[in-house]
Amino acid sequence: MSAAALLDIMIVVSMVALLIGSVLSMLRLALGPTTGDRILALDTMVINALGLVVVLGIYQGVQVYFEVALLIAMLGFVSTVALARFLLRGDIIE
Amino acid sequence: MTLADLAMLLTALFLLIGSAFVLIGVAGLLKFDGPMTRLHAPTKVGTIGIGMLLLASMTNAAALGEPSFHEVLIMAFLFVTAPVSANFIAKVNIHRRDCDPPPKPPGARGWATLKPTEDAAGAGDRPAGQDDPDAVAR
Repeated sequence: MSAAALLDIMIVVSMVALLIGSVLSMLRLALGPTTGDRILALDTMVINALGLVVVLGIYQGVQVYFEVALLIAMLGFVSTVALARFLLRGDIIE
Repeated sequence: MTLADLAMLLTALFLLIGSAFVLIGVAGLLKFDGPMTRLHAPTKVGTIGIGMLLLASMTNAAALGEPSFHEVLIMAFLFVTAPVSANFIAKVNIHRRDCDPPPKPPGARGWATLKPTEDAAGAGDRPAGQDDPDAVAR
């Protein structure tokens, strides 16, 4: 088996793994039971989406997905902090 | 075996490690009991899992003949922000009494996340039993 064929198989495997990760964290998002768990599950889903974008960039062999991945990382962090801050203080910007 | 083949094999290895860590972290998110233990597992997804996928992206770009290093930027950003968001979620868990309260810190003030009337025993001006656990501390 050539290295390129192995790489193609591994790209599919990692995409499936990230998809399973998204689905399972969505299950935790639905199950709860606490609000912290739901925020954590949303954060994990955002990180899985970021991984999917990175693997898509490897699959297509292009560099344009770098900005997308960086934007998703920043938005995920900001939304997690905003949700936690809202629960802690009842306000996001005081 | 050429150098490009070696880089492709390295990419496949990094992808395998990354997806394994993603699966492990999400399985931990589902299987653990208690909000604080569940907080532990998905941080591995964010650091090692995505870090390995970004390393795979870097080696793949090198195999294609156009090396790129700006994935390090995403990696650094994730490594910096993962503990911060985990700390915020842990504070939410403590604040909403979803876990055992942490031991009292030295000094009279107590934890800022919890209401001061509850951890400073005796110093509270609020009668016991009137506490609404979901009340938002201002």
